Amino acid sequence: MRDAILQVNHLSKSFGTHQVLRDIDFTVSAGDVTSIIGASGSGKSTLLRCINLLEIPTSGEILFHGENILSRKGGAAKYRSKVGMVFQSFNLFNNMTVLENCIVGQTKVLKKGREESREQAMKFLTKVGMAPFINAKPRQLSGGQKQRVAIARALAMEPAVLLFDEPTSALDPEMVGEVLSVMRDLAGEGLTMLVVTHEMAFARDVSNHVVFMRDGVIWEEGGPQEIFVSPRKEETREFLSRFMER
Amino acid sequence: MDKLAQLGQDIAALWARSGSQYLHGVANTLILAVVATAIGCLIGFICGILQTIPYTSRDPLWKRFLLKLIRVIIRIYVEVFRGTPMILQAVFIFYGLPYFTNNAMQFTNIWVAAILVVSINTGSYMAESVRGGIISVDPGQTEGAMAIGMTHVQTMVHVILPQAIRNIMPQIGNNFIINIKDTSIMFIIGFTEFFAAHKGVAGATYKYFPSAAIEMIGYLCMTLAASFLLRWMEKKMDGSDSYELVQDDSLTMTAGTYNHPGRGTPFDERNPEAVKSMLREELRRQAERDEAIRQGQLAEQRREGGIHTPNTDRKEGK
Repeated sequence: MRDAILQVNHLSKSFGTHQVLRDIDFTVSAGDVTSIIGASGSGKSTLLRCINLLEIPTSGEILFHGENILSRKGGAAKYRSKVGMVFQSFNLFNNMTVLENCIVGQTKVLKKGREESREQAMKFLTKVGMAPFINAKPRQLSGGQKQRVAIARALAMEPAVLLFDEPTSALDPEMVGEVLSVMRDLAGEGLTMLVVTHEMAFARDVSNHVVFMRDGVIWEEGGPQEIFVSPRKEETREFLSRFMER
Repeated sequence: MDKLAQLGQDIAALWARSGSQYLHGVANTLILAVVATAIGCLIGFICGILQTIPYTSRDPLWKRFLLKLIRVIIRIYVEVFRGTPMILQAVFIFYGLPYFTNNAMQFTNIWVAAILVVSINTGSYMAESVRGGIISVDPGQTEGAMAIGMTHVQTMVHVILPQAIRNIMPQIGNNFIINIKDTSIMFIIGFTEFFAAHKGVAGATYKYFPSAAIEMIGYLCMTLAASFLLRWMEKKMDGSDSYELVQDDSLTMTAGTYNHPGRGTPFDERNPEAVKSMLREELRRQAERDEAIRQGQLAEQRREGGIHTPNTDRKEGK
């Protein structure tokens, strides 16, 4: 029995009268690579943003190492520092170089020394293959390079779980591969990951758990074999076949 | 043409007579404009930051009420001081204080009054500029900062404000140039800046037009210098368009990667041991390279020798 890092119970989220998420339940254990798939507007990204408290859920609870982070007053920043996030649009700090991007969180949030932070940053920048670019500003990089730096920035905080919000959706096709291969490596190293993605091949080959969302609920979930080879529900099959056609 | 020549002579005469008065005025104008713009920017930044503190329906009532109250107060401040002439604000504040305190309190130092008026006025414009500057920064930047666990203040200080300041630099420049010119109305409360010098000199010599010509040239020079300076600062803030790739070679890597290597680390140039080890490493590489070249030459010679062999074979065959 592996430790449950993250447990979501009866989570719901509404924007005004529009209910985006309804009664979501799922668990992320240490070392899990969970892919969340589904059509646009099915609530995948909102779910991820709720988990990182970028959106406040309307009801339900999120347990992080058994502690409900929604009932705890304040401390959202501290929780976020332990849950990394990689965005669709990179969100690198434009006023800093690549290296500074990976250092600032460590020195300001984790209060680590500058030398130590620099070593840590270099370690992860080397891992994603961006070490030669440490002096560049984000505007000087390609999309794929920016996303790899964003992954290094998140990793430098040594998060317990790393959330990916459609990390390759804003990239040119030829750059998707470099980001996915970094993510593959990370999964291979046992990093706990929660990935919202349209890359079905990645979801099928890399993750050990696949969640299919539809209309704000978890429609079906299971191992990649179950979902991709023998889905139980008609809608899942329909969604996947639509994707395979494209 | 002779009129122009006469104007030149008049200006020269005026300058000879009261050049120091004009220069004194220029100095006062510049000091007032710089100080008041700086304080005004500070006021603007404080207002802008206070105005953009987010609150949600989940926050406690007192916090929401306080933030709402702050926004209302700033709104009133901005509308009042942006919506009335500065010349009136000067009179209002300068004479208002003694009026309300029955002359118990007065502005004994004219500098304090002048800086106060111009700062408050500039602040009301800057509050809106800063708010605009903060809004103009991509919300993704805030999310990126929040996602690595930064608090609102940390996000503002390290991520949003540096970008907002760059975005509103043209606005700051505008305000600075406007202040250089508009401080001229401070003569109304008896502040002796550049325009007051004109009033004094012209009143004494009756040479209104030549003195006004000096003023025109003087103000234009100040504002041109200011805009040049601001452009330069903007360029400086943008930084270089290019960047250096950090090579894989260990020595260049050291130079590029570690801008300020800490004392005692292996990359510290002041650490003789580290320098020695780096040199040793480099020498070793050099030796390796030489060795490789020598090996290559040997192989080459052997191959050449190999070419000769068939000849000998042929001979033998004969």
